[in-house]
Amino acid sequence: MISQIFILSSKGDHLIYKDFRGEESKDSINVFYEMVTALSGDQPPVVMSHKGLHFIHARQGGLYWVASTKTNPSPFTIIEFLNRLAALTKDYCGSLSEKSVRMNFALIYELLDEMVDFGYIQTTSTDILKNFIQTEAVSSKPFSLFDLSNVGLFGAETQQSKVAPSVAASRPIMSSRGEQGGKNEIFVDVIERLSVVIGSKGVLMKADIHGEIKIKCFLPSCSEMRIGLNEELSIGKSQLKGYSSAVRVDECRFHQAVKLDEFDTFRILKVCPSQGEQTVMQYQLCDELPCAPPFQLFPSVEKDYVNRSVNLSMVLIFLKLRCDLPPKSTALNVSITVPVPKGSTSMSQELSSPDQTAELQPKNKALLWEIPRFPGGAQLSALFKVDVPGLSSASLLEVGPVSMSFELPKQTCTGLQIRFLRLSPTQTGLSQRWVRYVTHSDSYTIRI
Amino acid sequence: MTQGLDVSALFMDMVKASAKVDIVQKKLVYLYMCTYASDKPDLALLAINTFRKDCADPNPMVRGLALRNMCNFRMPGMTEYIEQPIVAGLRDKASYVRRVAVLGCAKMHSLQPNTEIDGIIVNELYALLRDPDPVVVVNCLRALEEILKDEGGVVINKPIAHHLLNRMKDLDSWAQSEVLTFLLRYHPRSDDELFDVLSLLHAFLQSAHAHVAVATLRLFLHLASAHPAVQADALLCTSAPLLATCGAASRELRFTGLCHVQQVMRSQPGLFGTHYKCFFCGYSEPTYIKFRKMEILVELVNDENVALVLEELRSYCTDVSPELAQAAIAAIGRIARTYSEKCLDILTGLLALKQDHITSAVIQTFRDLVWFCPQSTAAVCQTVEACVDSPQDSEGKQTLLWLLGEHGEQISSAPYVMEGYIDGLKTELSSAVKMELLTTAVKTFLCRPAETQDMLGRLLHYCIEEESDVCVRDRALLYYRLLQRGVEETRKVVTGPKSDPSMSVLTGRQEEPISQWASTFNTLGLLSGRDLCLQTAVISAADQPSNSTGKELLPDVTLSSPNDTEEEISLSLGPPLSHETFEKMWLDLEILHRQTLGSPRPRTAPDTLQAALQLVKIQTLAFTPGDTVLWKAYIYTRSTGTLILAELLQGDPQAPGSDESLVVSVKQQPVNQHAIRGFASILKSVLQTLNVDSS
Repeated sequence: MISQIFILSSKGDHLIYKDFRGEESKDSINVFYEMVTALSGDQPPVVMSHKGLHFIHARQGGLYWVASTKTNPSPFTIIEFLNRLAALTKDYCGSLSEKSVRMNFALIYELLDEMVDFGYIQTTSTDILKNFIQTEAVSSKPFSLFDLSNVGLFGAETQQSKVAPSVAASRPIMSSRGEQGGKNEIFVDVIERLSVVIGSKGVLMKADIHGEIKIKCFLPSCSEMRIGLNEELSIGKSQLKGYSSAVRVDECRFHQAVKLDEFDTFRILKVCPSQGEQTVMQYQLCDELPCAPPFQLFPSVEKDYVNRSVNLSMVLIFLKLRCDLPPKSTALNVSITVPVPKGSTSMSQELSSPDQTAELQPKNKALLWEIPRFPGGAQLSALFKVDVPGLSSASLLEVGPVSMSFELPKQTCTGLQIRFLRLSPTQTGLSQRWVRYVTHSDSYTIRI
Repeated sequence: MTQGLDVSALFMDMVKASAKVDIVQKKLVYLYMCTYASDKPDLALLAINTFRKDCADPNPMVRGLALRNMCNFRMPGMTEYIEQPIVAGLRDKASYVRRVAVLGCAKMHSLQPNTEIDGIIVNELYALLRDPDPVVVVNCLRALEEILKDEGGVVINKPIAHHLLNRMKDLDSWAQSEVLTFLLRYHPRSDDELFDVLSLLHAFLQSAHAHVAVATLRLFLHLASAHPAVQADALLCTSAPLLATCGAASRELRFTGLCHVQQVMRSQPGLFGTHYKCFFCGYSEPTYIKFRKMEILVELVNDENVALVLEELRSYCTDVSPELAQAAIAAIGRIARTYSEKCLDILTGLLALKQDHITSAVIQTFRDLVWFCPQSTAAVCQTVEACVDSPQDSEGKQTLLWLLGEHGEQISSAPYVMEGYIDGLKTELSSAVKMELLTTAVKTFLCRPAETQDMLGRLLHYCIEEESDVCVRDRALLYYRLLQRGVEETRKVVTGPKSDPSMSVLTGRQEEPISQWASTFNTLGLLSGRDLCLQTAVISAADQPSNSTGKELLPDVTLSSPNDTEEEISLSLGPPLSHETFEKMWLDLEILHRQTLGSPRPRTAPDTLQAALQLVKIQTLAFTPGDTVLWKAYIYTRSTGTLILAELLQGDPQAPGSDESLVVSVKQQPVNQHAIRGFASILKSVLQTLNVDSS
C-alpha cells in the first residue's frame, strides 16, 4: 500500500503532495529530494529507502512522480501505477509539464482522491473516473518558440487542411464539458520504437522493434470500434499466411478490453474505447527487419598532421549518410553523434546544406551533426576536421560507435497498417477519425 | 497549502464554506480540512455536522466523498462520529459508497489500534467478499488484512480462495495483482486442486500488464514449489512479458524488468540465452540500466554469441563515462575466465588507447584474471611487459606493482619499472602504494637479487629513515628485520603457499534452486540492494498462513489466537550477508538477549566449528584466531522471517565469573523472542556436542 504520493518539479518544488495514511510527515519530501540528487550516475535511483520508508519514483515529463510506502509491495505495480498516473494527468490536463501540473492542481488532487484511498489503488480507468471528476482543466499553451522548433508528427509538406495538427491530440479530454461540444475526434497512433546495431561492415547485428497501437479518444461516448489490421499479418515464427511478403510480428499482447473473436481470421480488433489515451496492442519483432534499415553510414576516419614539428594534429572524419526510405517519405530531426578522441579542442566542418548544423561538445567527447529533414533515397555527406593535440594512432579507436536519433513520420518498420477504422453504430458526421504512424529511434548505433 | 504554506488560520472560514452545494468547492474544502484537522481538532468537530448531513445526501457521489473524507480526519475521538455512518455505508446500495465504507473500517481501526476488534464489523466485511462490485471485494480483503493484522491477517480458506479465483476476470489489473498476492497464503489441499488453480491462472501469466504477469508468476513459483517442471514452464511463459518490460519505454520499468530477469537467471541461466541482444545497451539509457545489462550479458555468454557480445562490450569501453568504461572492461575480464584468448586481445588493444582510467581498469582486470585463471598468466605477463605507460591512480599502481611482484620472474622489465616508482617515491602520496611497493620489492629481490638489491636498499632506507607514515615505516621495518634473519627465512614468509585457485569462484555460479529467491520475487528488496533484502524476507515470511481450518466464512475462526505456541523453530541460511552489511546492522540494532552458554569455547579447529555451525544452518562470519584472550566470533542465521545476528565472546571483562564460559549476545530484526530462544538452545547444544567431541 502507498503511504504518500507526491509530485516534484526537477528543481525540487512541491507541486502535489497527498498523504494517504498519516504514517509519515511531510519532511519525507525533502528527504527524498536530497537522496535523489545525491545519487551518482551508476546508482539505481528507482527505489530508495530511508528509515524504513521506501521511495519509488518514476520520471515523466521532467517531473518526479514519487510514491512512498512502508510495506513491501510489488515494484511493478507501483511503477506502472505512477506511469498510469502521469498518463492520466496528461489526458486530463492536455500536456505534461511543471506548468500544467501547477495550473491543474485541484484537478490532480481530485484524480488522486478517486484513484487511491487509504493507500490502496481503487481505479485508474477513465470510464469510471470521468463520472467523478468535476474540475475543468486549464490548458496551458506551450511556450511559442518551442512550437516553432517542434516539428509535428507529419512533415510540413502535407496539406494542412487534411491533416490534424499535431497539437490537436494534446488537449485535455474533458475540456468540452458543458460548452460548445468540441470536436468528436479519435486518434489511432501506430508507434514503433526501433533499436538497431549495425556492425562495422554495414552488417545488421541487432534489430528490434517495439510497437504499440494507441488510441486517444475524445468522443464522449462510443459503443464499439473495429480496427482492421493488415490481413496478411502473421504472429510468431512458424505461421506464414499467403504468398505475399507477410507482415510479421513475434508476439503481441492486447489490452484486456479488446475483443479478439475476429482477430484470428480477419485481423480485426474490437474495442470500446474509453475517453483518453490507452494502449490497445503492444507487439514486438526481434532480430529481423522486414525492410532495409533506414540509414546506412559510410564513414572514413583519417589522421592528418597540420604541423608535425609542434605536434599539431587533427582527425578527418568523412561521413556519408544514405537514407534508405522510399523516395516519398522523409526522416525528421535526424541527429548523429560521433564520439571524438579525448582532448579534442576545436572543429571545422563542411556540410552540404545550410539548414544542417554541427557542433563539437568537448564535455561529452562527441560531435553532433543535426539534419532537420532528410528525404528518402537521398545521400548527404559531411567532412569534419577535429583538432586534437598530441594524437596517437590508437586515438582513432576512440572514434565511434556512431549513434543516431530520428523520427520517421508515416512509417512503420514492420509494415503494420490499419486498413480501416469503423465506429458502430455509425456516429453522426461530426466524428473525425485520424490514423497516424510514426517510428522513433530508440537506439540506433552504427559501429565504425 | 500544497506548496508548504501554512494556511491553517483560515479553518473557521472553511468550516462555513463546507456547507456549500458546489461539488468542486466541496472537494477542495474537504482536502483542506483533512490536512489541518489534526492541528485543530476542536474546530474540526464543528464541521462534522456538515459531513454527517452529506453522508445522507441522495447523490451517492456526495455520500461517498463525505464519508471518505470524514474517515480521513486523523484525530482522537473521531471514532464515535464515524462509526454509525460507516456501518450505514456498508449497506449502501451504491457500490461507490460501499467501497469507501469498507476502507473506512480499516481507517477506523487504525485510529485506535489497541481497541478490541469489532466482531460484527469483521463479520460484515467477510460477508461483503461476496459483493457484486469487484473493488468492494478487494477493499474488503485489504480492510480485513489491516484489522486482523495482529492475528496474521485475513484468512484465505478454500471457499474464499475459489471465490476469488472465479472473480479474477472481473477485476481490474491492480486488483488482480493484489488478489494474487493474497492468494500466496492459500495452500491447496491436494494436487488436483493445485492444478485446477494453476490452470485457472495460466492465462494471467501472459497478461499485458507486467505487474499482473509477474504477480502470477510469483504465485506459480510459490504454489508449485514441489513441481519443478511446472515452475520451469511458468518461467518460460513469463519470459516474454519480462523481456518486454526490459524494452519498455519507461526507464524505471525497464530497470525493474532487468532486476527480475537477473533474479530468474540465478536458477535458469539458459532461459534468456537466445535473447541476449535485448540486453545490448542503448546509447541514451542511463548508466544504472547499462550496468545491469552488462551484468546480464556476462552471464549469457556462450560459444555462439561470445564474439558478438565481446564486440558490443568493446564498444562500451571507450564510453564518455569512466565508470561505465571501467565496468565494461571488468565485464570483459569476467568473460575472459572462460574465453581468455579473445578477451586478452581486446584488453591489450585497449591499453594502446593510453587513457588513464582505461589502463588502470585493464590492469586491474589482469590482476583478477591471473588470480582466477592461472593458465592465462603467461599471456598477461607478456602484455604487461609491453605496456609502457603506467596507470596514474593509486588503485592501478597498486595492481601493477602486485602483478610485478607476483610474477616478477616472467616479466623481464619488472625491476626497471619498479625502479621508476622507487625514484618517484618522494612525490607519491598514497601510503597503500608505498606498502605495495615494499612488498613487491622484497618479492622481486627474492627471485632476481642481482638487479634489485641496490634499489631495495634505497627503498628500505627511505621508508625507515624519512617516511612519516607509521604504517609504511613499520612495514619497512618488518621486511628489514625479516631480511636480517636470512634470505631463506624471508622466502618462506613472503612467498608462502598461495591459496589454491582450484577452490575459488572459477567453477562458475551454480544454479540456485528457485526457492532461494522466490520469496523476494516481485518485491522492492530486489531493486534496492541488500539491506532491504532482509526486511523483504521478513515481510514475505510474515505472510505465512495462519491455519485456515474454517469450512465456511466463519469469522470466529480468525479470532482464534495466532500460533505462537511453543513449536520447533527452524533456522535457514538464506542469502549470504556481506561483512559491511553485517557490521552496519550490528551497529544499528540493540542487543535483545544476552546469555551465558555455560560451556567453554570448543577447542577444535576453526573449520570444524564453522562446519558444525553450518550443519545447523548457522553461518559464521568471522572469528578471532586461535588462543586470543578475548575470543570472539560473529555468526548469523535466519528463522521464519527474522534475521538473527549474534556475537560469541569468551573472557569478557564486563561479565566477571564467566572467564571460561561463552557469552552470546543476540541482535535481531525484527524482534521475535521465540526465535531467539530457539536459536540459543540450538547454539548451546552444538557447542556442547563439540566440546564432548574434542575432549
